[in-house]
Amino acid sequence: MSTAAKTAEGALKLTPELKAFIAEWKSKPGNLIMVLHRVQQAFGYIPREVAFEVADALGVPLAKIYGVITFYNLFKLTKPGRNQIQVCMGTACYLKGGEDIVKELEGILGVGLNTVTPDGEFSVEAVRCLGCCGLAPVMVVNGEVFGKVQTKDLQGIVARFRKG
Amino acid sequence: MAKLTVEALGALRGQQQAAARARGEGVVVTVGMGTCGVAAGSNATFEAIAAALAAQGLKDVLVRPTGCMGLCHSEPTVEVRAPGMPAVIYGNVDRAAAQKIVEGHVAGGRVVEELVCDTPALDIVTADIGGVDYEKQLRIVLRNCGVIDPDKIDEYIARDGYAALAKVLTGMAPQGVVDEVLKSGLRGRGGAGFLTGRKWQFAAAQPEGQKYMVCNADEGDPGAYMDRSTLEGDPHSVLEAMAIAGYAIGASKGFIYIRAEYPLAIQRLETAIAQATAYGLLGEDILGSGFSFTIELRLGAGAFVCGEETALLASIEGKRGMPTPRPPFPAVKGLWGCPTVINNVETLANIPVVLLKGAEWFGKIGTETTKGTKVFALTGKVNKCGLIEVPMGTTLRSIIFTIGGGIKDGKAFKAAQTGGPSGGIIPPQFLDTPIDYESLAKIGSIMGSGGLIVMDEDDCIPDIAKFYLDFTVDESCGKCCPCRIGGRKLLDYLDKICKGAGTLEDIDKMQVICEAMSRASLCGLGQTASNPVQSSLRYFMDEYKEHIEQKKCRAGKCKNLLSYSIIPEKCVGCTACAKVCPVNAIKGERKQPHVIDSAKCIKCGQCFDVCKFQAVVRG
Repeated sequence: MSTAAKTAEGALKLTPELKAFIAEWKSKPGNLIMVLHRVQQAFGYIPREVAFEVADALGVPLAKIYGVITFYNLFKLTKPGRNQIQVCMGTACYLKGGEDIVKELEGILGVGLNTVTPDGEFSVEAVRCLGCCGLAPVMVVNGEVFGKVQTKDLQGIVARFRKG
Repeated sequence: MAKLTVEALGALRGQQQAAARARGEGVVVTVGMGTCGVAAGSNATFEAIAAALAAQGLKDVLVRPTGCMGLCHSEPTVEVRAPGMPAVIYGNVDRAAAQKIVEGHVAGGRVVEELVCDTPALDIVTADIGGVDYEKQLRIVLRNCGVIDPDKIDEYIARDGYAALAKVLTGMAPQGVVDEVLKSGLRGRGGAGFLTGRKWQFAAAQPEGQKYMVCNADEGDPGAYMDRSTLEGDPHSVLEAMAIAGYAIGASKGFIYIRAEYPLAIQRLETAIAQATAYGLLGEDILGSGFSFTIELRLGAGAFVCGEETALLASIEGKRGMPTPRPPFPAVKGLWGCPTVINNVETLANIPVVLLKGAEWFGKIGTETTKGTKVFALTGKVNKCGLIEVPMGTTLRSIIFTIGGGIKDGKAFKAAQTGGPSGGIIPPQFLDTPIDYESLAKIGSIMGSGGLIVMDEDDCIPDIAKFYLDFTVDESCGKCCPCRIGGRKLLDYLDKICKGAGTLEDIDKMQVICEAMSRASLCGLGQTASNPVQSSLRYFMDEYKEHIEQKKCRAGKCKNLLSYSIIPEKCVGCTACAKVCPVNAIKGERKQPHVIDSAKCIKCGQCFDVCKFQAVVRG
């Protein structure tokens, strides 16, 4: 959120950097997905009001933007938790107990997959192969990779990232 | 940086090779820093080595990063080359091990035997391979992975990098390039095995005008990371190949469509493109030949179907990645309606070698129908999982038991799975099948992009089939009915069977749906989605029947079919099981036999694991 601008009314807006990026890409065909990636990088998700601005800036109907966002797994319509946990559910991790990791995390955090905890601290998602099959089962918290994870390690890992 | 001419490129190569030889006279410590390595802590290893060298006062030792060495089972890995000593690769190098290696090997001049995990593979760039050994790895695609620093174009050039491009631009007509690739017999490594040269031929035959060269780096198969490692370890080989392909088909523009989930590969590609452009090996008038070619990256956003050619093109165009019927094939009408060739990363990484060493050299490796090598991501229940490259025609047995070191914990091998969600499950009786496109198709699987997952006695086949179906149902774009509805129905039946509610009629219905999906689906995703089900029904029907008729899961995976009980005669009343039970379903006095309340039991199996007296039984 650091680079994202918030106006006094609390509405989210395209930042100057994002506007510059859109200007640079506007003339290139097939720019929509690249622009959405950049927007999500700034906000953590694609806020509705920002999608309106992107539609105007690129001259693309909002419906098309919504269509693209909902087609691809990576794009999010809602704000994720302050700490984002991703549990790998690639085949190697599945065979080595990835599902148990997800269940244990759901138990610890008290929310299901793709739901943010009430305090906004955590969200958990199951993701496709992270490509670290040698370290299976694998999970990632805010970009930090944890390999050969066991269910008994999870309390400790979550506690490390919890605020306070 | 001035743009290079052919002569200047040759001179630079000579210079860099001399520099490499000079380095070889000293001690070189190379740290594997692919995604796996970094995740396992290779950054700390790198620092620890540098610190240990400084503490020993060793200033002349070169410490350098490289891509993936392929030994994922022992990350972080470190290679040490010292004059007069054999080159060795150390595994599991944490800070303490790094210290030992510097003190023992680098300063002390003796190999630290207990930490050694492998020796470097035979190098096809500097050595003559002679005859092909089908029991060993042969690294053509991965020739530079784990050898060069991927962020340094000069190191790639020193190892004959961009020599194939120079050869092609100065001495070969575009048609000659197409012919050479055709003659080599190189087939697409993305999975389907279409002849690469023929694809190029189709696009080259289209009238002159805007054409595109696309690299498919949307590696979506869960459990496979061949392309990621290649791009992280040797990005220039793919750039060089794309420029060669562009020249052959008459395209001046290339796109690499890469998964956004691969940040390190993206970063290394961006660096590589900038370096190649600065040297004039990409851009306008490459090497003074008049040929121009540029490459841009386009990021995927998490959609398995985008590995399919027409869906991939739709995604580059910024749309939802929905496939379209073929023909017209992309080679005729592709990106923005222009002729487009789409090649996978591994296919492209072969191209410079094919052109430099010649089609004849390449054709000597492999089987009658399938030439060259194949990279596999060997994972699952093997001792040494990792990234391997073997000549086509190697058997599954050699891969799993010789290179992979056999099954973990001495358990029994149950099945191997190739081709991910589009592939089949291969039973033990086919372990000696030499791997090529045709032989794998014959036994109901596919080569696929290179995922090779090994399963042991603890894995339940209907559960694995369900895992793959769950994946393809989630990833189906929903455009055509056979895939959208058929996949969902298959998944429902599999779920029913795994829960113990299946019937034998369900199996008949599943077979009908499988057939319909493979014949009537629009694209490769739907046509192959039923492969894991079809092949497992063919080879593991007894396991399906056990689930249905006896309500039994022999692997102990399907929780609904399990029940736990305690044998009173064996139970000593140690209370370990009662303590570990998360739902307090186990009752009993200390030193008295315990009892499990099956109504409360959630079948988590923790009592089974914790009991030291084999008193808890699973039925």
